[in-house]
Amino acid sequence: MSLARQFWNGIASDNPVFRLVLGMCPTLAVTTEAVNGIGMGLATTFVLLCSNAVVSLIRSVIPAKVRIPAYIVVIAAFVTVVDLVMNAYAHDLHKALGVFIPLIVVNCVILGRAEAFASRNGVAASVADGLGMGLGFTLSLTLLGSVREVLGNGTLFGASLFGASYQPLIVMILPPGAFITLGLLLAGINRVGARES
Amino acid sequence: MTSQGAFTIFIAAIFINNILLSNFLGMCPFIAVSREVRTAAGLGAAVVFVMTLTSGLNYLVYAYLLEPLGLGYLLYIAFIVVIAATVQLVEMVIERTSPVLYYALGIFLPLITVNCAILGVSLFMVIRQYSFVQSLAYGAGSGVGWALAILAMAGLRKKMKRSRVPAALEGPGITMIVAGIMALAFIGFSGMVPM
Repeated sequence: MSLARQFWNGIASDNPVFRLVLGMCPTLAVTTEAVNGIGMGLATTFVLLCSNAVVSLIRSVIPAKVRIPAYIVVIAAFVTVVDLVMNAYAHDLHKALGVFIPLIVVNCVILGRAEAFASRNGVAASVADGLGMGLGFTLSLTLLGSVREVLGNGTLFGASLFGASYQPLIVMILPPGAFITLGLLLAGINRVGARES
Repeated sequence: MTSQGAFTIFIAAIFINNILLSNFLGMCPFIAVSREVRTAAGLGAAVVFVMTLTSGLNYLVYAYLLEPLGLGYLLYIAFIVVIAATVQLVEMVIERTSPVLYYALGIFLPLITVNCAILGVSLFMVIRQYSFVQSLAYGAGSGVGWALAILAMAGLRKKMKRSRVPAALEGPGITMIVAGIMALAFIGFSGMVPM
């Protein structure tokens, strides 16, 4: 499979959120605003890219029995890097995302790609896969965050859309809104997919 | 905040700040393993057990190893290693001592390492500066709250098998909507204990 194809797979046909339904915790928790979705997505993309590359490089020296703990330690190391860098250069975003930055360690998308893809493929393919999956994740989170921000707050990326008279649907930025929005988006995408095939 | 009694923290972790419905932790197994009531109960029990154990252990690691030595930046790596090692150890001990329990929990234990609720509980414990007893109560309460949510979901999904769900909503879609309505119900408890 070509590298470009590998990359597109992650964004469209194997989209981690809408197709594989993985990495739900950050998807639901941080998407109260579109900006948080982008920040979380890019942080995850960085970790996914680096961990895929490293796992692919060391795949022949890790004994099969301890591979999962080994992958988790690799991932945790990169998450620590992201955490410290974001705290220094994007402090507000770091505060908004809170505990979900360290929780990238246990994001099942990342461990899933290390186990299912990077441990069986070369470095170039793994990097393409990590980049595609990461950007697919980012796009999904941004979409979910935009819908919730528009309905729940009447703004998009912080800019007011409907003027002062708009009564926001507060429930959309509370936990139930996250579940219901994602459920309906999943249904919409299934519907479009069913019509195409 | 840190002066709250252990029992208050325990109850609050179950109902008011339910780890699954208000913090969104442990979603992947919640969606994947909530088809049957029996498997949901098995996984729920395993989570309660491991969560209580790891929150206690991680407290000791944090308070007596990482903090005095100024190794705060190793927090995530240390926590995840403790969790992975605990799960492995618990699995081996149960296999030797209680084949019945091993048969019931065995297949779920490896899954727990990557259940983000476990790591989440340890991280919240550090953020909220709980004491050892408070950490244990928080770990146990969060575990019970998670088990309660997955049991309720498994029961609902069993009933749903006989109802007609719109084709596009089948599977994860309808599970999300149901979880949303459950979360809405749990919002009714909010504010009972100031967090």
